[in-house]
Amino acid sequence: MVETQGNALRLVGCDANAARLGLTRGLTLADARARIPDLVAVEADSHADERLIDRLAAFCDRFTPLVTLDPPHGLLLDITGCAHLFGGEAALLALIAGYLHRGGLAHRAAIMGTPEAAHALSRFGAGGIVPVGDDESAIAPLPVAALEIGAEAVLALSRAGLKTVGDLADRPSSALSARFGEGLAVRLRRTLGREDARITPLRPPPACMVERHFAEPLLDMAGLEEVVVRLITDAGRVLEQRGEGGRAFEISFFRSDGAVRRLLIETGRPSRDVKAILRLYRERIEALADPLDPGFGFDAVRLAVPVCEPLNVHQPSLDGRAVEDEAVADLVDRLVTRFGRDRVLRFVAQDSHDPRREAKAVPAVAPIAARVAWPAPEPNGPPSRPIQLFEPPQPIETLAQVPDGPPLRFRWRRVLHEIARAEGPERIAPEWWRDGPSEPTRDYYRVEDAQGRRFWLFRAGLYEREEGPPRWFLHGLFA
Amino acid sequence: MPAHSQLLADLRCSLAEARQRSGRSAIGQVTFGLPALDEPLGGGITRAALHEVYAAGTVDLAAATGFSVGLAIRAAQTRPILWVRQDFIDAETGRLHPPGLVELGFDPSRILLVRARDAQGVLRAGAEAARCAALGAVLIEPWGEPRQLDLTASRRLALAAEASGVMTVLLRASSRRDASAARTRWRVSALPSQALESNAPGNPAFSLRLLRHRGGLAEREWRVEWDRDRQSFQEPSAFQEQSVFPARAASTETFPDAAPLSRSVVSFPADRPAAAGAQDSGLRQAG
Repeated sequence: MVETQGNALRLVGCDANAARLGLTRGLTLADARARIPDLVAVEADSHADERLIDRLAAFCDRFTPLVTLDPPHGLLLDITGCAHLFGGEAALLALIAGYLHRGGLAHRAAIMGTPEAAHALSRFGAGGIVPVGDDESAIAPLPVAALEIGAEAVLALSRAGLKTVGDLADRPSSALSARFGEGLAVRLRRTLGREDARITPLRPPPACMVERHFAEPLLDMAGLEEVVVRLITDAGRVLEQRGEGGRAFEISFFRSDGAVRRLLIETGRPSRDVKAILRLYRERIEALADPLDPGFGFDAVRLAVPVCEPLNVHQPSLDGRAVEDEAVADLVDRLVTRFGRDRVLRFVAQDSHDPRREAKAVPAVAPIAARVAWPAPEPNGPPSRPIQLFEPPQPIETLAQVPDGPPLRFRWRRVLHEIARAEGPERIAPEWWRDGPSEPTRDYYRVEDAQGRRFWLFRAGLYEREEGPPRWFLHGLFA
Repeated sequence: MPAHSQLLADLRCSLAEARQRSGRSAIGQVTFGLPALDEPLGGGITRAALHEVYAAGTVDLAAATGFSVGLAIRAAQTRPILWVRQDFIDAETGRLHPPGLVELGFDPSRILLVRARDAQGVLRAGAEAARCAALGAVLIEPWGEPRQLDLTASRRLALAAEASGVMTVLLRASSRRDASAARTRWRVSALPSQALESNAPGNPAFSLRLLRHRGGLAEREWRVEWDRDRQSFQEPSAFQEQSVFPARAASTETFPDAAPLSRSVVSFPADRPAAAGAQDSGLRQAG
């Protein structure tokens, strides 16, 4: 692996064979070629590395929900309370090692009390499992570089004769933090296991989670649905005990070849009804663009409920109103599951006088923010706003009788419309605090052509006051 | 079996009673609020059915939309309306503008808008929604003449509407008159409004043509206006309109599709009078 660093191509990684021949990281490619003429050098691709690590992180999700990246090229798994599910720490480590080995990846792993300690031991030591309480003795012989404190500090420490972590361990931390900053002291404490900080997982752990692992990879889709039903039932029971319902359900399918497929189901209101959730799940499966592919089978299925809300069971009122609201909410959930969240919308009024911003369509399942009332129409008057609005407005060619009057006729989409009736102008000033000062003023006219089609036209810009000749646009159509 | 059918009949009875109590009008008809229209139709159009509204041309789609909204307002009362729209329509005739719906007397917060990419999605969402009895009305707006919208698809919608009792309106801008299972079919075009002071455009006015009626009513034409304050259709006073456009009014009586400008967009056969006759018979067969 080579990468351009400074002005030279340097080795940034080498495989076991190269390492045996004495090549090391940081060597320039020219030097390496001089030693071994038939060296195979490949350009390093850090993005591909990142993608691989991300995929590995998703893969490791099946062992514990708490997974995070440990750059470069590292992963941290918090297996507190998880290891016994896989037959103990040694068995878990062997299991992961087996997967990685089959995937053709070299690795080194360590299980220790704190994430920093495991980082140090896996990168600067031999790795392995360190029993509880032996952290300090395992870490002590490692070089100070294992503390990840930067080359300068490492140099300064080694000049002072402090070459291993053990040398630092017994020094008073006040002296160290006075010389190298608080960061070193903290890092030292954590690496030695004297202080414990949890990792921040890539995917925040859900409020409720149930999963099933299979002894043999599961290939059968019907069987898979049965598993999902059982998971939903289990999750429903957990939620019921808490008096909560889920607003979102995420089902992760862990394939035996490492791929992870996740499906998200959202509901408009908290729910733990097995039938309703199962219906949404089926809808989701059916609407998938690329169907769920079992490949060589699924190892595990997990149902996570990332969003929970209190759900109280209430008796339906006798007038049937609540039942109807419920039925509409169910319909919305089904449509959202099939068409996606941003395709089932609801209109909300906005606090603006600009016709382009008067209303907004928001996802129907999104929580309702502060409600702005719709402007009340003027009684006995005809509609002053069109039913359909063009965004952006459509340019038209016009012939106007007087400069600041409505046009006599206009041409839109190659059709000439003779104007028979007109009302206006209604002047709508731009919102300078949003559009900037260059946005022209608009004079709106309600016009009707000889056939009775009603249009909403505007002239952008005023004569004389603003630069350039005013242009006409068609902004909307009236019923 | 007789015991079963007795049980079913009892259940139906109690369901009907429950529906009556919940405020939905027991008589399943949506009225226009205009005797000249309601009386020939036998008191309005059936609520639990599929109805088709055709725009006379693409330019008339706004008028057809306004008419459908009026129908939906009258059918839905306080219930939500579900509107399924194909994406392409937004580009072609503009997106729905909620303040304009307010101006027609409808609260846009009660609309659920489903945007579908293709006709398949539109029909799917429409059928799903038409099955939901809690809705007030369903408006389905596919673009053009999709292959998927055949007799089977429209029958599916009609059956769903009949089962749930929700008025389902299929809004289309197309010149083709396919066979369908709809109870009524209307063609809507814009009508010059009754001018207000200083020649300003007035209330939305439509020229309606009943192309087809399952009850056997012959093809007829009406001119109506939408009155927002009463939430009802009403008759425009014809005199004023004729004084402004004598030529247009006369031509509409005799030769409805011959108006200039707009009709050029719609592909009608050149031999217009003969085709109008053929259209009639074709529609009868479709039923």
